[in-house]
Amino acid sequence: MILDSKIPEGSLAEKWSKHKFNLKLVNPANKRKYTIIVVGTGLAGASAAASLAELGYNVKAFCFQDSSRRAHSIAAQGGINAAKNYRNDGDSVQRLFYDTIKGGDYRAREGNVYRLAEVSVNIIDQCVAQGVPFAREYGGLLDTRSFGGAQVSRTFYAKGQTGQQLLLGAYSVLSRQINEGKVTMYDRHEMLDLVVVDGKAQGIVTRNLVSGELETHAGHAVLLCTGGYGNVFYLSTNAMGCNTTAIWRAHKKGAFFGNPCYTQIHPTCIPVTGDHQSKLTLMSESLRNDGRVWVPKTKEMSARLRKGELKAKDIKEEDRDYFLERKYPSFGNLVPRDVASRNAKEAVDDGRGVGSSGVAVFLDFADAIKRLGKDTIEAKYGNLFDMYYQITDENPYEQPMRIYPAVHYTMGGLWVDYNLQTTIPGLFALGECNFSDHGANRLGASALMQGLADGYFVIPATVGDYLANIGPKPVDENHPAFAETKKEVEDRITKFLSLKGTKTVDEYHRELGKIMWEYCGMARTEEGLIKAKGLIHELKEEFWKNVIVVGKNEELNQSLEKAGRVADFIELGELMVDDALHRKESCGGHFRVESQTEEGEAKRDDENFAYVAAWQYAGDNQPEVLHKENLVFENVKLTQRSYK
Amino acid sequence: MSGNMNLTLKVWRQKNAGDKGGFVTYKAEQISPDMSFLEMLDVVNEGLVKKGEDPIYFDHDCREGICGMCSLYINGRAHGPKRAITTCQLHMRSFKDGETITIEPWRAAAFPVIKDLAVDRSSFDRIQQAGGYVSVNTGGVPDANTIPIPKVIADEAFNSATCIQCGACVAACKNASAMLFVSAKISQLALLPQGQAERYQRVQAMVAQMDAEGFGNCTNTGACEVECPKEISLTNIARMNRDYFTSKFLKEE
Ligand SMILES: Cc1cc2nc3c(=O)[nH]c(=O)nc-3n(C[C@H](O)[C@H](O)[C@H](O)COP(=O)(O)OP(=O)(O)OC[C@H]3O[C@@H](n4cnc5c(N)ncnc54)[C@H](O)[C@@H]3O)c2cc1C
Ligand code: SF4
Ligand code: FES
Repeated sequence: MILDSKIPEGSLAEKWSKHKFNLKLVNPANKRKYTIIVVGTGLAGASAAASLAELGYNVKAFCFQDSSRRAHSIAAQGGINAAKNYRNDGDSVQRLFYDTIKGGDYRAREGNVYRLAEVSVNIIDQCVAQGVPFAREYGGLLDTRSFGGAQVSRTFYAKGQTGQQLLLGAYSVLSRQINEGKVTMYDRHEMLDLVVVDGKAQGIVTRNLVSGELETHAGHAVLLCTGGYGNVFYLSTNAMGCNTTAIWRAHKKGAFFGNPCYTQIHPTCIPVTGDHQSKLTLMSESLRNDGRVWVPKTKEMSARLRKGELKAKDIKEEDRDYFLERKYPSFGNLVPRDVASRNAKEAVDDGRGVGSSGVAVFLDFADAIKRLGKDTIEAKYGNLFDMYYQITDENPYEQPMRIYPAVHYTMGGLWVDYNLQTTIPGLFALGECNFSDHGANRLGASALMQGLADGYFVIPATVGDYLANIGPKPVDENHPAFAETKKEVEDRITKFLSLKGTKTVDEYHRELGKIMWEYCGMARTEEGLIKAKGLIHELKEEFWKNVIVVGKNEELNQSLEKAGRVADFIELGELMVDDALHRKESCGGHFRVESQTEEGEAKRDDENFAYVAAWQYAGDNQPEVLHKENLVFENVKLTQRSYK
Repeated sequence: MSGNMNLTLKVWRQKNAGDKGGFVTYKAEQISPDMSFLEMLDVVNEGLVKKGEDPIYFDHDCREGICGMCSLYINGRAHGPKRAITTCQLHMRSFKDGETITIEPWRAAAFPVIKDLAVDRSSFDRIQQAGGYVSVNTGGVPDANTIPIPKVIADEAFNSATCIQCGACVAACKNASAMLFVSAKISQLALLPQGQAERYQRVQAMVAQMDAEGFGNCTNTGACEVECPKEISLTNIARMNRDYFTSKFLKEE
């Protein structure tokens, strides 16, 4: 099968407008004859559901939380990029495009990324019109900051809670459509499978999480907006409920999975304190603007620190190794996320980690406080320092923070074409759950931008073309595919409840996480990945024999909910390992130890790997089939990233 | 890492909305002071599942104080003993070894219990649906910098907008009033130029829905402000009341 990305012809700047002109439109009077299913109401889903309802379509929207306002997008802190060039500092659509392609280590499509940069400017206008309270300057105009090493100031923000404010904007327009009867909202509902009729996506099976009732819902198109799968690592900065079930079920029904191994590991998170740990907390990237990262020069000194015989301040300046400043004199502490993360891991692997576990490095503000004063630091980072204190009981004004990298974002996801359509006609994927525009590494503040671009501006145009082509004939919910899919879901639940094993779902999840982190985390080797494959396979076999799921289906049953999610994570983990194994180059967040420069930096192999890996499910316990979409670069020159 | 704290928990268990419910006592052993409160409950639940018993149900998701999903009335306080944080941000070092901790759901007629410690807060969503928005469609809006907004006003609107819709204000209020939540939502839009066109309709629609949901009246005890994890201020209520009276007056004219 040839993967057709459907990138329109023409110059970059014309592609999207030409394409929109060529798309078919649905007659306004016919729109109400179509029903669109939107799974997920984060930034991508809420914006899509509201915009489609405004156009006149009937929308059924689903989320597993008790309210659509709680989707994981709410937790985003830093900000959202847009090429507004309000600062007159040389920003432009072209520059945002270029930064995103380069930041993604040349593993994303030029056409998609250019469109993303192009619509970014409309997003800010839309959010402001909704009443999103972005930060402003004294003159009353919008404030921006530079973020994640960008050389221009293009990140719009709302204190440390940009995600919440953007999501509340999308939630408000969604609420209006619910009020008008154009959107029916199903909270506390989890999609457990996709219904495919004659090769087209026509519905979903959901479980009402309160009553346990299994329901089928029919629609002319299904939009998955279900977020990222970072929780395959058990510990991540994602919310507890983030999962892969919706996209994994769709994958097993025929949607190809793009670049599953591309994971972003964020360098500045609060380190793990013990086995009880349920999630990791991100400390904003902005801290690296003033904090200096270091570990002791010698193992001996680290050992004494860990035992509590020494404190950070007892270590003299000449005995400290500011390793980022030493290795990357021009970028210093501001190197990109993947580089900062990998170097912290190297220091820890070298036995020079700090904290009682030894799995952490210092992020020190002593110099910044001396230079700028405590008040300035407090004004800039006060809420982050408080958060750190709250969690660790340590005062970062007096002693350095301890940080360590944690899984944060997944660039991989369902493969989609330029219209955001997966390989199943009628099934679309938006936001973090598609394989997206970020290539092998996402830049800070670009996920919010992509989710809203997909939902507000891309899908309203592209889904219409699909709908116009299939026509408004009602979907037949009596088609046997609905009952069959529901039966499959029922059987799986019955199976879980019948196992009555000895290990909890969380125990399996933790084990999976350890395997993934150890072998498919910040540095990956062929040997390690092969080992991981075996371990995951054993884990899967054992899980299906020995997991305990208590209670029954007809109730609010968290043990059952988690079992379904972890079963899917285990299968996804296997595919991630396969993908990481086959990609013998290093690129972006994917670092293959075998592929590095003499200086120990990531080495890309454009000759052999400048493609998107799209995996096709081939049946239980069968190896998945790899399809390649070659990436063509007509506008940018491929170079090796260097931050020396 | 396990720790050295041993606690007794008195937890509200209720099978579903129809069940009467009651307290059940559990032991939480070898708890580390570095655990969060919810991680302590995870440990207890893992033990229950191992014994084949039904784990304690509580709502949570982000575990960093922003989604508003977690709740819990701990020793008679919404979100526990510390100010300005949510339950998920509470750590066990705030408790003493050997302590007995009582854990209940939010109690309010408009928040029926659905299981154990989880309640149905969809009444909040319906209040928002009644008018908590600016009626703009996607596309065709002016450039974001067309309307300058003084920083003080923008900051004030932001402060109101930080509400996480958790419902602690209702749980803390002896009348189960939702005034703090509703007024925060109304204030955000009443302060901004974008919200002016529908300002008075909005306050009427949202207050009417609040009353229809069965929330109680405000008698100015201020308990809500004390327990609000985002420190939403009572001035929001004053602002809402003013707008509400103005809207009545406008209507009569
Ligand atoms: C701590 C943190 C900070 C971040 N900060 C930033 C930042 O500053 N800037 C930035 O650009 N990005 C940031 N990101 C990334 C960004 O927040 C996410 O990538 C983005 O919000 C994802 O949005 P989404 O709409 O795709 O998915 P989500 O917001 O995750 O929404 C997923 C939705 O799908 C629903 N769902 C999932 N599965 C099912 C199912 N089976 N059935 C029914 N419903 C389902 C959920 O209920 C939810 O409504 C951050 C991420 C984290 C973790
Ligand atoms: S006002 Fe405060 S307590 Fe009430 S819902 Fe909002 S954040 Fe929660
Ligand atoms: S779990 Fe999100 S606020 Fe507590």
